[in-house]
Amino acid sequence: MQWRQIVFSATVLLAASAVAIAGPAGGTISGKVTYEGTPAKMKPIDMSKEPSCAKMYTTPPVAETVVTGSGNSLQDVVVYISAGAPDDAAPATAAVFTQKGCRYIPHVLAFQVNQELKIVNEDQTSHNIHPLPKLNREWNKSQPAGTPAISEKYDKAEFIPVKCNVHPWMHGNFAVLKNKHFTVTGDGGAFLLANLPAGKYTVTAWQESYGEQSQEVTISGSETKTVNFVFKAKPY
Amino acid sequence: MESHIGSLTGDSDAGRQLYFRYCWGCHGPHGDGNGENAPYLNILPRNFVAATFKCRSTPTGTLPTDEDLYNTLKRGVNFTYMPSWLALTAQERANLVAFIKTFSARWTTEKPGAPIQIPAEPSLTIASIKHGAELFQKLECWKCHGQEGRGDGPSASTLTDSNDQPIRPYNFTSDNRSKCGRTNPELYKIFMTGLDGTPMPSFADVVKPEDAWDLVHYLRTLQYNNPSAELTLWESTPEGNAIVATKRAKETATGSGFRP
Repeated sequence: MQWRQIVFSATVLLAASAVAIAGPAGGTISGKVTYEGTPAKMKPIDMSKEPSCAKMYTTPPVAETVVTGSGNSLQDVVVYISAGAPDDAAPATAAVFTQKGCRYIPHVLAFQVNQELKIVNEDQTSHNIHPLPKLNREWNKSQPAGTPAISEKYDKAEFIPVKCNVHPWMHGNFAVLKNKHFTVTGDGGAFLLANLPAGKYTVTAWQESYGEQSQEVTISGSETKTVNFVFKAKPY
Repeated sequence: MESHIGSLTGDSDAGRQLYFRYCWGCHGPHGDGNGENAPYLNILPRNFVAATFKCRSTPTGTLPTDEDLYNTLKRGVNFTYMPSWLALTAQERANLVAFIKTFSARWTTEKPGAPIQIPAEPSLTIASIKHGAELFQKLECWKCHGQEGRGDGPSASTLTDSNDQPIRPYNFTSDNRSKCGRTNPELYKIFMTGLDGTPMPSFADVVKPEDAWDLVHYLRTLQYNNPSAELTLWESTPEGNAIVATKRAKETATGSGFRP
């Protein structure tokens, strides 16, 4: 009983300092996404059929199906609360997906159901944006150089591969999610989901080639829980 | 489920009988395109469960109208294994449209898109053909369809449909039929609505309606083995005549300028 009290007061102290930094009270889930094994070597992209893009690179960029970093870290992994959190209304800001140098920036774009998705073409060439959803409507739009941004939204949660038929190497992903608790890992593979109310959550990590992994986490008060994900790399 | 085409009302129960006589061999008992014949077809039969359709009058990403589906049944889909079902009665085709709609819940949860507005076709001029040719360059239609419209552009060999099956861009020199019909308004609709499920995108957001007609006029001149008003006018100019003459020679065994 006494131990629990000590632990509890220590948690409160920690939480107090967290609140001072993070603003609204709530728990945090943080961790790192890594892989084990040997990931497939990403091949350089041959853009010679599109000179206006090829000239933007001194060395050819490589495919981004699996992006790794130091310490076996995995980039471009979507970490989100797949169960336990209520659905959130879409924010007013748009999620922006840019075509630049015949690549998608970002490679994985996470946004919410019914949130505005803005697609921008910064290249000197025509692209067609062809997302391939299974649950949402499939559309396919041309966006020649210098034309305005395309505005769209999706009304169902889904991971959607995106391609450009004109430039077959162009490949990206939309992660359409139900609530606001999500992030995409950057260089280093670390992630942080903050401001979580107390509750029992399922945290899920999604990588476009390695699939999904989930873990159960219970948050009480404003503690920080550590959750790490380790994906088994596919050698090919 | 019902369908409404003009004064016709189609009934899905009546359509079911027809479907399991004429359609299921390719489209399958579940309407998912996995019929007995499907593995032998190199443009796979439509999957009605996904409810994504190529030939529409409605914007990309929306359901087609009943009339669109009816017209597809009547016309067939050119360059695929889908034949024309002209031999059925109009009522039978309407019944089939109603039955096809029972395969996907989308037909109950969503409404078909609003058909795109097609302004009256402006008079054909050399200026409009030339402007169409500029658009063909600017919109980079040639990336897939090729500079001469032969379906041999730099991206052509890499194209796949939404099921990852190889698919060829339309070769304008092959015929005067396009996938979704042979009239000018049908050609207009193809690039302004896109052929959903294929690499062909919609240009509705980037091409103004009057410009779209110019592009239609130019595209007709690429169908140089099939007489059309556009081709005749184009050939009457020295510039057009020179282009068409060289192209046509390539297409014949003897290079003698044979014209069917």
